[in-house]
Amino acid sequence: MINNWVRIKSGYGPSVEEIYKDRIGSYAKFYKMDPLSRLGFVASELLLDAEGSRDREWGETRGVVLMNATSSLADDRNYQRTIVGDDAFPSPSLFVYTLPNVVTGEIAIRNRYYGETNFFVLPGADPEQMSKVIEMSFCDDKLQSLLTGWIDCEDEEHYDALMFIANRTVCGRRAELAEEIAALFEKEIKY
Amino acid sequence: MVVKIADNILSPLGVTTAENYQALKSGKSALRLHDCRGAVTQPFYASIIDEDKLRVGESYTKFERMCIQSVETALAQTDLDAASDRVLFILSTTKGNVHRIGTEESPLLGDSAKVVAGYFGNTVPPMVVSNACISGVCAQIAAMRALELGLYDYVVVVGADVQSDFIITGFQSLKALSDEACKPFDAHRKGLNLGEAAATIIYTKSDKAPEARWNMVCGAVRNDANHISGPSRTGEGSWLVLRDVMRHLDIDELAFVNAHGTATLYNDEMESIAISRAGLADIPVNSLKGYYGHTMGAAGIVETLISMNAVDDNTVLATRNYEQLGVSHALQVSNRNGSTEKKAFIKLISGFGGCNAAAGFRRIDK
Repeated sequence: MINNWVRIKSGYGPSVEEIYKDRIGSYAKFYKMDPLSRLGFVASELLLDAEGSRDREWGETRGVVLMNATSSLADDRNYQRTIVGDDAFPSPSLFVYTLPNVVTGEIAIRNRYYGETNFFVLPGADPEQMSKVIEMSFCDDKLQSLLTGWIDCEDEEHYDALMFIANRTVCGRRAELAEEIAALFEKEIKY
Repeated sequence: MVVKIADNILSPLGVTTAENYQALKSGKSALRLHDCRGAVTQPFYASIIDEDKLRVGESYTKFERMCIQSVETALAQTDLDAASDRVLFILSTTKGNVHRIGTEESPLLGDSAKVVAGYFGNTVPPMVVSNACISGVCAQIAAMRALELGLYDYVVVVGADVQSDFIITGFQSLKALSDEACKPFDAHRKGLNLGEAAATIIYTKSDKAPEARWNMVCGAVRNDANHISGPSRTGEGSWLVLRDVMRHLDIDELAFVNAHGTATLYNDEMESIAISRAGLADIPVNSLKGYYGHTMGAAGIVETLISMNAVDDNTVLATRNYEQLGVSHALQVSNRNGSTEKKAFIKLISGFGGCNAAAGFRRIDK
């Protein structure tokens, strides 16, 4: 069911910024983003290049629903550092990224997706629970395809993204979908 | 058909949904001026829960105590076995235990959700919806879908946020806060106020609850694809969600649209555009932020429950502190309680990340 997928994981291959410079490199907003949004943005760009449908107008028919365990922890820690101590100066540009769903907004803006964007924080990367979230998303009858998957970023040295495109063929086939997701987690990197 | 079987609102205005509704109907607000504290170096207007009034779970954090007490109060209205593996807990929050960052204790939202579900003996892996300000409506939509797919028989949706120094300093840094009680849709609105609440709704399907009185009819989530922290100038996503829910509702049955109405310049203006574009400009619109402030993860649930109680009471609640229309598209906003005979309403909400949600609810009259 899953034809296009990307896996980017810390400790394997180049850093997120190196992948950005090597493969994307023309989206200045990248440098304003927090580590979670950078990871999600880069993964989505590589995934959509692989899909080969960048020119299509998706409108409401494509959504972005991502999941992780650590929410926006990397940026939360960075913002927290700006509010404590004698020289505290709370940073608005860090604060706006202290919501995990902002990465789904960044991807929607880049690709003009008007469909559902949503973010689920789960106790862990459980393929069965992930397949439930994905099938629930397709209860929206306008949704034809979904950028989805796991995108966890504890800090710039510890991250793991498994992003893929799901379509309506997953409906009613949750067990198979969970098996495919579990198999993808067994593979190391692909981008 | 997905129906509500129990609920609760825990806020500075009361510890039950009925207490909260009566407080709002009589015009009470929990918004107060609070002094500087900790990392917060400017005074702020907010609605804050006094921790001494929380009765359960002294060994837990304030966030967890609020959630546990709210769920416990709702569960007491049912004979549901919350420990059953057919019961899913969905937690709606933006920041949960964020005050734990930098300490040895876990700030992870999934851990908080397990603590809350675990208090009731439930071991099903919980879900946390963390979709900025619209989380409370998204969590209800997730519950509706989980029930419609038959994944679970009951879903306990609980939403809460605590106004930590983290959140208050953040909104101050964005210059989004009003230095007085907020004035939704008003010409002199100056920004939002923050608030604390926990709220719970328990949903099931109507075959399991033939006596249930409220049906969650529909819900939609759309993105503006425009800006991560500013609403769309055309109200794109908000209009799209309204258009989507109106496929399932009749305009003649709508008592009101309960808007997000945060009292920021841009949010209220954007909602006026979206409501007008959706052809709903003649339907009464209200915002509850002048009573509670913005309760974040709880907002979508608190405001849904208050709206259900208002329809039950044939009332359109006033938009507190509203005086003079200050948005470009005329809306039917009032600072006085009105009356209605209609039986349905829309809950509308928007948030950072460009996300928007709407859900439609209809009272079941036997």
